[in-house]
Amino acid sequence: MGTPSVLWSIAKRCFTVGIITLTVSDRFAGIVSVRGASMSPTFNPKTDTLLGSLNDYVLVEKFCLLKYKFSHGDVVVFRSPFNHKEKHVKRIVGLPGDRVGTHYDMVKIPDGHCWVEGDNSSSSVDSRSFGPVPLGLINGRATHVVWPPHRIGSIGRKVAENRAGQISNKDHTQNFDDRLA
Amino acid sequence: MLPTLNVTGNLLLVERISTTTGKLKPGDVVILQSPESPRKIVCKRLIGMEGDEVTYVVDPKNSDRCETIVVPKGHVWVEGDHIYASKDSRNFGAVPYGLLKGRAVWTLLPRKDFGSLARKPMQ
Repeated sequence: MGTPSVLWSIAKRCFTVGIITLTVSDRFAGIVSVRGASMSPTFNPKTDTLLGSLNDYVLVEKFCLLKYKFSHGDVVVFRSPFNHKEKHVKRIVGLPGDRVGTHYDMVKIPDGHCWVEGDNSSSSVDSRSFGPVPLGLINGRATHVVWPPHRIGSIGRKVAENRAGQISNKDHTQNFDDRLA
Repeated sequence: MLPTLNVTGNLLLVERISTTTGKLKPGDVVILQSPESPRKIVCKRLIGMEGDEVTYVVDPKNSDRCETIVVPKGHVWVEGDHIYASKDSRNFGAVPYGLLKGRAVWTLLPRKDFGSLARKPMQ
């Protein structure tokens, strides 16, 4: 009767909504804000202006974590190998078995790891600094931009053309067999 | 993980609060996603946290050679209790902390082993 019971029912409702939101965003999909210019122009294309520095919000889905099957060009959210409390958003450029060319040499990506790079190579801390990232650190896959409204749309799977050193072991074996036949 | 755990398998009670709050200490038995295959969960003992110097026997079956390594920032060193037959950080290197999934605190099955999993004090 009166304010305490009203407050209590509001509190119960907030708690229920909170639990459901937490479960859905943890297991199915959630909305995440992206800071920084390492993925320009895919996210935050105009971070050099003081006015237009609102962050992008993206939809991150967690169904990919059931089988850990990723493709080249997927944009993923992962925990930093050097600080488990930080999350980063980058694009997968290499999968296990691929060879990725950096400035100095070719790196073979070990099993269970992937090579991530930001779309804006000049200002991105990614696998070129910390090496291949274990797939277990990936938290989800970003599929759509949901804010700002004029850029709502799905995130494409493009990989830059200059990743020249990408020979996967599968292709290598196939070529050899063709020559034998 | 002999002799702490059995060859035939154990049922362990694992708590996930210590991994999120970061209150793990060397000597804890932890479960983690294998860096070689994210769908595989392995159970090892935490030997060193970031910044610790860890000395380990590289290949106990064939030689006594030891190596010392400093665990990089954000990583941990895990080893199985039965180092002769364990694939752990000596094989796949220091593991990023984000791969740790929980701390095993209690053995539920088999009944004769029911009890808390002792934390082995590390020097």
